[in-house]
Parts: sequence; C-alpha cells; structure tokens
Amino acid sequence: MLPLSLRTLATRTLLLLVIASAVSCSSLPPEDGIRVVSAEKRIDLTGPIVKVFLTLKVENAPTASEASRVLLAFTPTEVQHLSIVKATRAEGKHKKKAFVPLSIEASELATTAPDAPRLYSVLLSTPLKPGDATTLEVLYMLTHSLEPFPAEISQSESQLVYYRDSAVLLSPYHVLEQVTYIKMPSNRIESFTRVDPTTRAGSEVKYGTYNNQMPNSYLPILVHYENNRPFAVVEELVRKVEISHWGNIQITEQYKLKHGGARHKGVFSRLEYQSRPSVSGASSFKNLLVRLPPRVHSVYYRDEIGNISSSHLRTDSHKSELEIEPRYPLFGGWHCTFTVGYGLPLQDFVFESVDGRRYINLTFGCPLLDTVVDDLTVKTSYSYLDVVGRTTVVLKKKNVVGEHNVPFQVYYEFNPIFMLAEPLMLISAVLLFFVAFIAYLHMDLSIRKSS
Amino acid sequence: MAPPALDSLPAPLRSLRLKTKQQELLLRVSALALIYVLAFAVRLFSVLRYESMIHEFDPYFNYRTTLFLTENGFSEFWNWFDSESWYPLGRVVGGTLFPGLMVTAALLHRLLRALSLAVHIREVCVLTAPFFAANTTLVAYAFGREIWDSGAGLVAAALIAIVPGYISRSVAGSYDNEGVAIFALLLTFYLFVRAVNTGSLAWALASAFGYFYMVSAWGGYVFIINLIPLYVLVLLVTGRYSQRLYVAYNCMYVLGMLLAMQIRFVGFQHVQSGEHMAAMGVFFLLQVFFFLDWVQYLLNDARLFKSFLRITLTCVITVGALALGIGTASGYISPWTGRFYSLLDPTYAKDHIPIIASVSEHQPTAWSSFMFDFHILLFLFPAGLYFCFKRLSDATIFIVMYGLTSMYFAGVMVRLILVAAPAVCLISAIAASATIKNLTTLIRTKSRSPQTTSGKTTGSKAAAKGAVDQSLPFQHNAAIALLLGAFYLLSRYAIHCTWVTSEAYSSPSIVLAARGHNGGRVIFDDYREAYYWLRQNTPPDAKIMSWWDYGYQITAMGNRTVIVDNNTWNNTHIATVGRAMSSYEDEAYEIMQSLDVNYVLVVFGGVTGYSSDDINKFLWMVRIGGGVFPVIKEPDYLVNGEYRIDKGAAPKMLNCLMYKLCYYRFGELTTEYGKPPGYDRVRGVEIGNKDIKLEYLEEAFTTSNWIVRIYKVKPPKNRS
Repeated sequence: MLPLSLRTLATRTLLLLVIASAVSCSSLPPEDGIRVVSAEKRIDLTGPIVKVFLTLKVENAPTASEASRVLLAFTPTEVQHLSIVKATRAEGKHKKKAFVPLSIEASELATTAPDAPRLYSVLLSTPLKPGDATTLEVLYMLTHSLEPFPAEISQSESQLVYYRDSAVLLSPYHVLEQVTYIKMPSNRIESFTRVDPTTRAGSEVKYGTYNNQMPNSYLPILVHYENNRPFAVVEELVRKVEISHWGNIQITEQYKLKHGGARHKGVFSRLEYQSRPSVSGASSFKNLLVRLPPRVHSVYYRDEIGNISSSHLRTDSHKSELEIEPRYPLFGGWHCTFTVGYGLPLQDFVFESVDGRRYINLTFGCPLLDTVVDDLTVKTSYSYLDVVGRTTVVLKKKNVVGEHNVPFQVYYEFNPIFMLAEPLMLISAVLLFFVAFIAYLHMDLSIRKSS
Repeated sequence: MAPPALDSLPAPLRSLRLKTKQQELLLRVSALALIYVLAFAVRLFSVLRYESMIHEFDPYFNYRTTLFLTENGFSEFWNWFDSESWYPLGRVVGGTLFPGLMVTAALLHRLLRALSLAVHIREVCVLTAPFFAANTTLVAYAFGREIWDSGAGLVAAALIAIVPGYISRSVAGSYDNEGVAIFALLLTFYLFVRAVNTGSLAWALASAFGYFYMVSAWGGYVFIINLIPLYVLVLLVTGRYSQRLYVAYNCMYVLGMLLAMQIRFVGFQHVQSGEHMAAMGVFFLLQVFFFLDWVQYLLNDARLFKSFLRITLTCVITVGALALGIGTASGYISPWTGRFYSLLDPTYAKDHIPIIASVSEHQPTAWSSFMFDFHILLFLFPAGLYFCFKRLSDATIFIVMYGLTSMYFAGVMVRLILVAAPAVCLISAIAASATIKNLTTLIRTKSRSPQTTSGKTTGSKAAAKGAVDQSLPFQHNAAIALLLGAFYLLSRYAIHCTWVTSEAYSSPSIVLAARGHNGGRVIFDDYREAYYWLRQNTPPDAKIMSWWDYGYQITAMGNRTVIVDNNTWNNTHIATVGRAMSSYEDEAYEIMQSLDVNYVLVVFGGVTGYSSDDINKFLWMVRIGGGVFPVIKEPDYLVNGEYRIDKGAAPKMLNCLMYKLCYYRFGELTTEYGKPPGYDRVRGVEIGNKDIKLEYLEEAFTTSNWIVRIYKVKPPKNRS
C-alpha cells in the first residue's frame, strides 16, 4: 500500500578526511627536493584529546621538479590514534593572506617495515615550483594518547598521565630548524625528558631550537603531568534519524559512556565527595554538555530503567544546550549508558534540491562536547507507521572527535502523495470498525427466530 | 426480532418504541464507553506525574520475566531456570510463577507489533493494569445486569471504575498479577452465575476457561475454588438445587480442574492439597444428591426412600471421611498452607510465620482504610444486601455470599480489600440503582399522572401509586430531596476517589518526591541511581546481598545476582541473610563468604527522613533470623523491650552489621541545622556509635541522598 521504494542516493558529500585503517607506508626517501626550512610544533595537552598544531615552512629545491604534494610522517602508534588531520596553506601576501584548505590522503608508497613511519600526503592546490617556498598549517588530533600513570588512583588523588612523543619533528624531509612547545593544563608537571636545549616556563615546556635534523629522526620524550579534565569517552554512539514528512525529524542517540582516565580504586565515599568537592574526585565528572540545533523540542534523557531526572535544557535562536547529569558521578573506569532523544522541525533540515529530489542536511559526529567517540553509527531513514520496510542509510566511523561535526546530506526521492497513506489507513480502519458495528446491529444472527 | 406485543400498538407508536430502544442503546453504549475511558484514564496519574515506569517491588519481577518471554519465546520461558536469584540455589521460574500476566502482556505486545505499532514492551506492561481495569468495568456491567438489571450494571461499572480499593492495585505501572486477576475473577463469577441462571453448558464452559485464566494469573484463584462450592452447598441446603446448578458446577469444576492442572505452579495441588478439597467434596456431594434425587423419583415411596437415604448417607460419609483421613495421614493430601491458615485465623501468622507477618500489606485492616478505600460504598453495601435479600434469587445469593466472605477476608488482610472491591461495588450498585429507580418512578408517575389520566399506559399500577400519593402529600418533594442527596453522595464519592488516586496510589515508590524549601518538587531517584551503578560498574557475576524486599528490583534494574528476593520461598535462606545482617562484622563475614557475596546493599533513610528503610525493618530481620538460628535473640537488640539506636541502645545493636553499614561515617555528617552531626532524621535521635570502623567491607557506593549504600566485601586476607 505504501510504495516506499525509495532509491536512496546517499551521496556522502562529506569526504571524511582521515581513514585510520590500513595505511600504506614507506621509508623510501621522497624523490622531490622538498625540505623543511622551519617547523614549529605546538602540542596542546590540556584536554583528554591531544591537539597538535604544526607550522611548516617548506621549500622546493631549485634543481628539482615541481612538487604537487608534501608528505607528513606519523609513527604507527600515532596513526592508530589519529582522529583527524587538516592542512591549510597560506596564500597571498600580508593583508591578502588567506588560508586555503588542502586535501590529504594516505600515501600509497610501499610498506617496508612494521615500525616505519606512515606517510600522509598533503595535496597542494598549486604545485610548488622549484626554488619556491610555502607555509603549511597542519592540525591533527590524537585520541587515547594520554596514558594514566598511576593507572589506578583513589578518590582523593589527582590524575597523572604520560604523554610520549618526539622532541624533533618526525618528517621524511630534511628539517633545518625546529621547535616543539608542549602546553599542559597546570603547573604540576611531575617530570619531562630533557633533550637540550629544553626549557620550562610555568605550564609550558619548550624543546629546541634544533637545527639540521636528518630525515626520519626521532628523539623520544616522555612528559608526566597532572590532567584532571574529564576523560569522557563514548565507546559507542548510535544516532538514529527518522524523518516524518508530517513535520518532524526524530533523532535518538544511544550513548555508551566511559570515564577513560585512571581507574578508580578502593572506596567511594559520598561524604568526602560532598564535603570536599575540590580535592575529592578531582578527575571525576558529573555532567556533560550536549549541543543541539535550535528549535529542538520533546527532548528526553533516559536509560534502560527509566528517565534520568537531572538535566537542564537551555535554548536560544542559535543553539540549544542540554546539560545532562548521569545518575552517578563517573570515576575512572566507570561506565554509564543512556539515550538522548529529541525532535527537530522538518523545514529546518529537509530541503528540496534543484532536480526535485529531497535531501536532509544534518550534522555528522557527536553532539557531546569534548568527547572522543570510539565507534559512531549514523542511521537515517524516513516514514512512520510503516507497513513495508524502511530503507536506511548507515554511516559508520571510528575515532570521532568534535572536529567531525560537519554537515552531511542524504538525497532521496519522495512523492508527497504518500504522506496521505498513513491517515488513510487509520481512517479506513475506523471506518471498517463502524461499518462492522452497523452491520452487526442490523443483522439477525440467531439461528432460529425467537418467539 | 420485534416482540409480537408491538404488533398490537398503532403504527406511529411502534416507530417511537423502536426509537426509544435505540436511544436507550445509544445512551447505554456511550455511558459504558465513557466509563471505560474513565477507568483507564484515572489510572494514569502516575505516568503523567512521574513517567511511564514499573512501580514497587513485585512488578519488577513480572516485568523482568515478561521481557524474558518476549525475547526468548514461550518454551524458553516455561523452562527457565533463573540462576540470578536465590544464589546459590537458583529458582525454577517457569514452575514457580503464575504466567497469566506475562503471557497476556506478551500477547498484547505481539498484537500491537503486528499492527505495526512500534511500542516497547515496558509501555505495554505499564498499561496492562489500567487496560484490564477498564475491561473489568464491562464485566461488572454484565454481571450487574445478570443479577439485577442493566441500570444496576451501569452503576456497578461506574463505581468499580474508580473504587480506590481496586485502583490501589491497578494504576499504570503497577504491573502485578492482581491487575489482570480481578478481571479474571469477576469474569469467572459472572460466567458461572450466568451458567447457573441459564443452565447452559456453553456458559459453564466459558466460566471454566475464565477460571483457567484466573488460575494462570494469580494465587487468589483459591478463593474462587472455595467460594463456588460453598455457594453450591448453600443452594443445596436452602433447597434451591436445580438441574441448571448441576450442569453449571460439574462442567465448571471438572473442566476448570483439568485446565488449572496445566499450570505448572498448580499442577497436582489442585486435587491433592487441602485448600482444594472443598470443591472436590461438593462435587461428590452433588453426584450423591443427584443420585438420591433419581432414586427418589424411581422409588416413589417415602418410607423406602428414607431408609435408603440413611444407608447411602452413612456410606458416603464413612467413605468420604475415610478417604480424607487416609489421604491426610499418608501425606497424599497436603495440609493447608500457612497463608491459608493466616486467612482463617488472623493471629496465626504473627505466631508462626514472621515472614508473612512482616509484610505490611498482610496486616489486618484498620477501619480507616476501609473508609479510605470504599467511602460511601461502606454504607451502600448493607443497603444493597437488604435489596438482595428482598429479591432473593440464585444470582443474588451468589453476590451476597461473595460480598460477605470477601469482606471478612478484607478485614483479615489489607491487600484483600482488592478482592472485596468488585463485590462491594456490585452490591452497592444494586442499592444505588434500586433507590434511584424507586425515587425517579415516584417523581415521574406524580408528574405524569395529571397529563395522562385516561391514557392506556397508566394502568392499575399508576392508580395505586396515585392512591399512595394522596396518603403521603410530601412524597414528591421528599423524593426529589432524596435524589439530590443521592447525587451529592455519589459526586462526593467521585471526588474522593480521584483525590485518593492522585494522592495515595499514584506514587511509583521507586522515585520519591518531596517538596523543597521553595515549594518546588525535589526528586529522590536514589534507588535507580544505585541499581544502575550496580548494573554498569560491578562484575556481571557479582552477588549482591540485601534484605529480600529489594531482590526483585536488583535483578530487574541492576541485572545482578541476588541471594534472596521477594519470592520468599526459602525461609532458611532469608533467615541466613537476616542472621548475617544482625551479627557482628566478623561473624557476618563468614556467612557472606559462604554465600559468595561480593556486595552488600542497605537502604538508609537517616539523611532524608525516608522512613521505610532497613533500620526500621531491622527487627524483622532479627525475628526471621532468630526463627531459624537461635543464636540470634531479639532481646539482645532491645533495651527494656525498647528499640533504640542512640547512645542508650543495646551493645549488640550498636555493633551489628546492619547498624554499621547504615551509619558508616554518618557521624561526620550534619543532616539538620542546629542538630549535632550524626542526627538521624527518621528516628529523630543522634546515633549512638559514631566511630564505626569496617574491617571486612569497604564502602563502594553511596547514592546522592544516602538512601542506598553499597559495600564491597573484601577478599579474604592472604595467609601470612
């Protein structure tokens, strides 16, 4: 009755930049004559996610041919935890300077050794001519790269973590000059590896300047410091989007949340937690912020055993913020699963494209702020009260961070006439009921006439 | 279909008659439909005020089993051995429950799914009780019509739709056996009375199936299988024996018995246990009666028959007594259970089975709760009995017997008010309906008599009324006044019922609500906080020890294994837990080690003033524990017969496990302004032992309002 034979044309307009799967690698020296003139590496360790900002000034040798790409190198461990890499290139001079985003792909150079650096190539929009120089800004993020040490802490202790990296930039190119800055959340730094020249200023450690590093040089460093920011990890997130053409988009998000920091050990004392909130359970967290689109309605927050009565919703014309509090504060290693659901007005997100097809424009990624999502699934389907199966577009992605919250579109064909199918069904059911009743009243069902 | 009497009427009048008949049908159907909706809607307070959730304790078990049934199918469910409860014994769930409720909910769920309504099984479970309560109103209507007239039926439907005694057990979320059982009970009774009235095999068969449904749903079916034989016996004694009765009872008993034996929990008990013997006895008696009747008809000689009667009766009584005696002595017929005894003798449980006496809903009923649950029905009930006796028939005898016996049981146990509620409603409906009908006929004849003095319709009856009118000049006004009074009372009843439902019976008791300082509502969701913590942050095979009240909730919401739960089938096991709770920590540790306990959960209200906590239940733990293990003596925990927790408390009390777990580090907490730290807000005293050290356990989790406290049992120390 309902021909929902939608030929879903799920065009993934969003090309997710990074695929942390099999990446071919190489230790072969690049054939072009690129070298890094100066490099600055700023590592932000203040949160649970490691953010690295690289500023590379690269130069093509006058004798070499035109270069269309610049290679970035990562260690195999980094590649495993690499969530996103973005690169921009500064173009124009001085006031007209603009940053042009560049696309990045995993380099296809042949693999030689298991622990050799893995390469990613930044594709330049315009090839670098021999003798020319350009500046690249690279941002990449690493998840699960802060190792809590000690791995188990009690309620009154603060959380200390290790971070491992290299003092010098790992690069397939010759690096002429390089500095590394590591920014930590507080002054409490237990220890850090010294690779002279190394200086510490407050919560920042500076490595370098190092000159004339050979390609693929690596000087391991280890930083041990305090990080009490909530290590909220969503182990699994399933977002279901259901479009009803009667004016509503229903979104259901199922979270499997975990505190990914140092494991809680021993006693949990509510008394300590309540009376001395600053010292007790410093690394635990008890609420999270969910950023939702504006004009969100019928928001609910529940789990397998019912509503969770502690949440606040603030809405304005630009965004809605839902502050949710799990049933109990989350200490290291504690789990918590819950479901957040909400409705959105249809006209804000479903549009008609030029060729008559419809498309839904939604944000990919996780609406929870400052969290890592290990495993994300987005399912999109339409219709309600259906009598035939619904076609569903499923997008899956591992290792997602906030930077992945970019719009995506799903195109599909839909004939508005089928919107009437559901009310017609209901009407005919009610009608049938009444007809049956009328028929019953007018019929004599007795076998013999009563006398 | 048209009655032949109509043919004698003139044509225009005939069409008018048909029209009024249709109007009457329309009125009746719409009134019933409204009552149906009302009965459903009035039970939704808790959903609107809280959320769509399962309430209380037992419903959680029912919900858990229903979930299992929908996920794994019927045969898995039927053969389910639940290792998550009664560790290490486990529980044969399929053989120890009444599956009617779960199967009903699962079928409803499947039906809705088939109609492609994607509802969760929880919603179905939450709304099962209101749905069946609404159906009960229809049965009450039919029953009322059967015993009196359709007016009484309508009133009965309206009364039962909102009677608090029934609502208390059938609000949305109270997913318990009683929710469907009252429907099944009334249906069985209705069908049986209908079978007795008509002598039809079909109705008797229907009542046997109704009985089967009741047996599958609730242990209260014992009431049916004793009331119906009693009723038959009364009819025999009062000389109202008839072929109709013979057909109805034999068919209902034999088929009902065979069907009931299909329920594993009942099985052969139905022919072997003491509670069911009355039905069997009456069955044989009825055969003897029938036989004698036949012989009398054949002999046609009074003297001969008398001697025959003497011989037969002697034989039958001897054989019956012999069979019963041998059966009881050989253990083939099991004696009455404690629960049954405690119904007949209200003091029995108190002396012999503390575990039954410890449940608040098993206490004898206070007068105030009768008033609370029945309101004006309490006064209408005797009036209705009067009407029933005035128009005695097989059906009214039944309802009178049902009313009187169930009222007695309601007096013995609070929870059995539920069983009495339909009877009280029906009898009261007869009173209300008959009174209003009498009054309105008085008013109508008075007002109509001047207009249609010569009309055909006013026969000799109206003339007689007119004569009465003359003798009582104020009758008309008095009738109006009485009618207004009746409506006033009924409207008070409606208001009372709504108020009671909203205030008293619509709280889920999992989530507690209180008024804050600024008048806003404060929610205490500590139970679910603790259960969810257990579910998420303890090993999946962890064993939780708590008092049995919380067993079902822990398994359903926490998804962890418990030592004892609300099933209370093994008194020794519960007593072991009671003993552990009332022992010193080191002794308790040995018991806990022997039971592989990983966590201990206690409920404590001292911070919030939540009074039904474990400290207030503690004496029952001591009593139940002491009932099996004489090491535990109640006087050790009391000071001069007084239960105290402050400085003057007994030393054993101050150092037993329960006290330690409840008050651990409570001495450092200030609960109320102007009171010393460690002030217990439930008991209203400062606690006696503020320096509690735990050696074998450690605090694992305490909820935000301290209502639930969970302790981890430390592993045994290494040998040094």
